[in-house]
Amino acid sequence: MTDTPLVIAGQTFTSRFLLGTGKFKSKQDLKESIAASGTQIVTVALRRIDLERHEENILEYIPSGVTLLTNTSGARNAQEAVRIARLAKASGYGNWVKIEVINDSKYLLPDNQETIKATEILSREGFVVLPYISPDLYTARALVKAGAATVMPLGSFIGSNQGLKTKEMIQVLINEIDLPIVVDAGIGAPSQAAEAMEMGADAVLANTAVATAQNPAALARAFAMGVEAGRMAYLSGLPVRQSAADASSPLTGFLYDDVGAH
Amino acid sequence: MTSMNITINGTNKNVTSAGTLSDIVKTYCKYPKGVITELNGNIIPSALWPQTKIQDGDTLELVAFVGGG
Repeated sequence: MTDTPLVIAGQTFTSRFLLGTGKFKSKQDLKESIAASGTQIVTVALRRIDLERHEENILEYIPSGVTLLTNTSGARNAQEAVRIARLAKASGYGNWVKIEVINDSKYLLPDNQETIKATEILSREGFVVLPYISPDLYTARALVKAGAATVMPLGSFIGSNQGLKTKEMIQVLINEIDLPIVVDAGIGAPSQAAEAMEMGADAVLANTAVATAQNPAALARAFAMGVEAGRMAYLSGLPVRQSAADASSPLTGFLYDDVGAH
Repeated sequence: MTSMNITINGTNKNVTSAGTLSDIVKTYCKYPKGVITELNGNIIPSALWPQTKIQDGDTLELVAFVGGG
């Protein structure tokens, strides 16, 4: 079955699986996970350099053909997100930014209002902006107007592995928003990634599940396969769920007409 | 050579007064790939590091990429 590539801001991607690079036990695990999954977009964060501990640079472990998507983690409002994005751009490693504005430490839910503000400013400055939001139709519409390149709704709490708790709200975005929908956060298993893709999501991002698996590279590969399976199912015109049985075999008795089917 | 005090990533450091931003990055960043500098609130592109003199009392941020989701 032929598929069209994922297109974000005019750039095409054959892989619909995005990988986060946080929480890996070793950078070697990260490198192997990127290779095993075939991901073409990875997220990274920015932090102050620890002047005492010279930690090895993560960029050494990301192949040059992979698109870097810098998140604005640590930002509590639009202004801070804008500052982080501008710093990232100054590194010379691209202008793709995942807006992540969080000021709630218990649930780590994104602040949709501040995210819209940051998206407006950064799109105007020529950034490719991928905002991370709590799935909400009005927010998504505002992001389209603000110049976002995608919309990234959360499936469930960051790092929770709970899967698609916001399924119906994400479906609304898939139905109504004319931008790639990248399901992010809380996706804890390949089956959940497949579920998102079956619904018609354009891509899925995972991090915690892969990074904390016993064998991260193997799970990264499994995630990529789940995404691919879900995508193919979606394109195949997946039949809808029924509330009652519908026999797969002929509805006549084996020998006598009046016996039930199986 | 006289010395001066600057703040790097929130920590007070004593450096030689002849230093440029290049010298500082060389001293404090063992892995300089993708390092970003913000001097007194202004981002300084790496092309300008060799000609950017460090002054007494400067506040410098050295930022780098790390893992993140």
